[in-house]
This record gives sequence, structure tokens and C-alpha cells, in this order.
Amino acid sequence: MDARWRSPLRGRWLTSVLGSVLLIALPIVTITGLLSYIAYGPQFGQAIPGDVGWLKLPTFDWPTDPSWLYRLNQGLHVGLGLVLIPVVLAKLWSVIPRLFVWPPSRSIAQLLERVSLLMLVGGILFEIITGVLNIQYDYIFGFSFYTAHYYGAWVFIAGFVIHIAIKIPRMWTGLRSMSMRQVLRTNREDTRPEPYEPDGLVASEPDPPTISRRGALALVGGGALFMAVITAGQTIGGWTRQTAVLLPRGLSRGTGPNDFAVNRTAAAARITPDLTGERWRLTLTGGPSPVVLDRTMLTAMSQHTARLPIACVEGWSTTETWTGVPLRELARLAGVPEPKSAFVRSVEPRGAFNRATLQANQVMHPDSLLALRVNDADLSPDHGFPARIIVPAMPGVHNTKWVGSIDFRAK
Amino acid sequence: MTSNGFRRIYGSHPLHLLTLLAGFALCGYVLVSIKPMTLWNPNVWWQSIAVWFAAAIIAHDLVLFPIYALADRVLVATSRPSAKLSFINYIRVPTLGAVLTLVVFLPGIIKQGAPTFRAATGLTQDVFLGRWLLLTAAMFAVSAVVYGIRLATVHRAAPETNAEARNTAHDDLAD
Repeated sequence: MDARWRSPLRGRWLTSVLGSVLLIALPIVTITGLLSYIAYGPQFGQAIPGDVGWLKLPTFDWPTDPSWLYRLNQGLHVGLGLVLIPVVLAKLWSVIPRLFVWPPSRSIAQLLERVSLLMLVGGILFEIITGVLNIQYDYIFGFSFYTAHYYGAWVFIAGFVIHIAIKIPRMWTGLRSMSMRQVLRTNREDTRPEPYEPDGLVASEPDPPTISRRGALALVGGGALFMAVITAGQTIGGWTRQTAVLLPRGLSRGTGPNDFAVNRTAAAARITPDLTGERWRLTLTGGPSPVVLDRTMLTAMSQHTARLPIACVEGWSTTETWTGVPLRELARLAGVPEPKSAFVRSVEPRGAFNRATLQANQVMHPDSLLALRVNDADLSPDHGFPARIIVPAMPGVHNTKWVGSIDFRAK
Repeated sequence: MTSNGFRRIYGSHPLHLLTLLAGFALCGYVLVSIKPMTLWNPNVWWQSIAVWFAAAIIAHDLVLFPIYALADRVLVATSRPSAKLSFINYIRVPTLGAVLTLVVFLPGIIKQGAPTFRAATGLTQDVFLGRWLLLTAAMFAVSAVVYGIRLATVHRAAPETNAEARNTAHDDLAD
């Protein structure tokens, strides 16, 4: 190995330990991401990107129970993704001498393997970078986040599966080459390099250690824990929300009944008083004839209250107490007591999410509401006054705000 | 052809080749599905998926790594490896914490994407720079306190016969 590399800690054991953490954790991030695509409802053509061919999990009706299912899914996807950043960087650091090996390949096998690493390394960092920008509403990259992040994930998956298949035996021998218990007992002075082997990760002339192996592991683990502490609050909520000090969803809007996080303001959606004031009507279609209701008629109907989380694809969530008319009551009123789906349309004139199609189970769940009130107050304009959808475990953005019509579809 | 003959020409087991070919074919399917046109933005070249993916490939190995490796070499060169209590990690740890949070939360800290942020949240990014500076201050301060305590402990623990450790600790403080 080139004498430029001097760290006495690099070696197969350290790389294997970091690799084994990623081997367990990255599939969780990947699968929750793919599940989120299904939660968006590809069967209605409303998952983004639209047509992905075979590049998706089998489509199934996203469950409504438990109500925190999507909250957990996205909390894991985004939260674990952030927590793993220090581990991914440490792993890249641990193998970097291999990048500069000269000549770059001694066989066809090596050459092909190096090409596959472009998919792995490019894939994971592309996913981290686009994801991190998206949760902060920074769209400097200009392209569609959904398209890039989704297909980028599949490039990563291809690279990851190749890497696992080829490297697992090495990782296993690497893990067994040193005892973790022994490493945890060894201080800096007694830290020795792993045995040198040509073309390996161990430096030929290592410097004296400046940190023990256990110290390096504590540094990486501490970095991951630190990321958890300053981000998990956006998902867990309550008093922990303020610990997400650098995230948009750690910010407070106040303490009033409507002061929880907004996903799109009424101003941004161009919601004006003449769209939602006295002249606002809710139109229910799908039955023998349209049913038109104003807000007074809706408030006069029997109301149901449910405490439900609203969870965004970006990983943040908040649990509130919603009151309104059950969707299944509205379906019955419309003359479609057993709808196969429902198409909800907002009065919002423009916007990718001014509409959503709900599955049968999402319409018929007793806690699925056309909410009129939240936390014992009327909805604020930002939260969808005069009426919004709230359905257990549904992706947040499909809980359409400023609802203007619902079409209940019997087939 | 025997597996050995294959290995001589290819350089590894046939399973190695099969795995790679399957992976490359899947990657090819991804490219066909996304349609290569999507990868390129003819109007603003740097807002292309292809460019960002290429940048992601080199982001750590050819950009971040040279910077932090060089900074660390400089740091290590100023210290004495034989020292009983080295200051290096008391600088490394808070610096890594500060840089990690700066890089990950840069959009909020430098207020990038302010209009989208306002439309999505109804709030501004004004607080993030100050919060990051406070967090950074706290990390360096905690590190300083811990280092100070460790220095004091080393002094007290150092017996008369072990003057070297004490001197080294003094030197490190003087650094």
C-alpha cells in the first residue's frame, strides 16, 4: 500500500464494522422509501414519478391502522437517513486508499467492480444530498425531487446489492479478525494497526495512533446520536420538537389551537375569502344526483372527534384532535354507501396537491373525517378552512385542504 | 472451461461476473425507465440529474476528503504523539460537529430557498444562523471544559517521578 496513507486505524475490521451497521440500516431506509411510494397510491396514478414500470414494490391498499403507520414509515426513512450520514462518511473514509490504487485495475473483474462502486457511492450520496435539501425546501437542484430521488434510489439499490453479494464474505472474516470486546478495552497507547497485507486497507507505514479504535467508533456513533438528538423531535413532537433546532419543523408557530406546522400556506395556495367565505359550498357527487352543502349544514350534522397524526413525506409529523363529519356519512348522503374510492378536489386553483384519490378503506374508516375543527377551534385558513380531509395513516399531503367537492366512485 | 481457467482470464469467480452483470442490467433498466432525456437539462446544465449524480460520486472522495485530511494533517503535525494527554481530539470532535451541522443544514443557515420555505411553512429561516453559531459555541465550550478537567486530572495524578507527563500537559496547554 502507498505510503501516503498513514492512519493506523484503517483496516478490514473497522471497515467491516461500519459496513455491518450500514448493511442493517440502509435496507430500512430503502424499503420505507419504496413503501412511501405505495402509500401515495400508484393504483390511482398519484404516486410520483408516475410510470416506473417494474421499479416498485407490488401495489397494495395502504392500511389505515395503526394511524401512526405513515408517521413511523417516514420518521424512519428521513430520521434514519439523517442519522446514518456520519456512518456513511466514516465508511467512505475507511476505504479511500482503494480509490487511489494504481493501476486502477489488474483484471476485468476488478474493473467491473469499480464501475459498480460508482452506482453505490454516487447513489447513496445523491440520495442523501437530494433528501437533505428537500426536507429544507431548498430546490436549488432545479429538477423534480421525486423523480430524481426515486430513480436515484434504484441506482443505489443495484450498486448496494452487488456490493453486499461480493463483499459479505470479506465483511464476515473482517468482523471475526478482532474481538469487539478487546477493542473496547484497548486505549490509544495500546492501539496497534491491523496486520498489513498488500493491496489491503492497512497503511504500510502507519503513524502512531491519535485516537483509539474504540474512540473512533465512539466518534462515529456519537455523530449518529447527535444527528438523532437534533432531528428526531420533528417526528416525535411534543416538547421534543424544540430539540430539532436546525430543521424547519423544529420551529414554533405559537401555542394556539391552529399553531401546529403548516405544509402549504393559504397565501401560497392563493386561497382567497371569496373561495372559502359565505359562497363556499361542498359538492358531493357519484350518486343519483349531486348533493350540495354549506358549512352550516355540515356543522349541524353529527360530528366525530379523532386524535390523529398528520405525517409528511419529509419526515415531520404532528398529532392533533380533529372534529368533523365522517367521510362514510358523506358517502351515504351522496348515495354511494360503499364506494370503491373517492376523488377529493380542493378549491385551490393550482398546485400539484389540490386533489387526491382515497382508497375504499380510507373513506370507510370511522376516524376518516371531513374535518371542520381542530383542537376545539375552527380550522384556520392555513389548515384548510372551511373543511379539510384527515384520514389515519395517509401521507400528509393527501389530506386535502380547502375541500370543494368529493366524488364517491362505486367502481 | 473450468472455473480455474475462467478465473485466470476474468480475475474472479463466475458468480462475481453474474452478480455484476445482473446489477448493471438493472441499472440499465433504471436509465431506460427514467428516459435519458430526463437526466439532462439543456437550459441550465448544472441543474441536471446527471451532473448532480456525477458530483455526488466525487463529493466525498475528491472534495470533502482532501479538505478534511489536509486540515487534520496540519492539526496532527502541531502535536506531539507521545503526549500523555493530547489536545487533538478535543479540537477534532467539536470541529466535526460544527462542520457536519453546517453542511447538512446549510440551506437554513444561509437562507437558501427562502420563498419556498415561506410558502411551505409560513415562517422564515432567520433563526438558523444564530442557532448554528450557538450550537457551535456550545460544542467548543464543552470540549474546552472537558479538556481542562482532564488536564487538571493528569496534573494531580502525575506523581513526582512522572514529571514528563506533567511537562507534556503543560506544553499542550501552552500550544
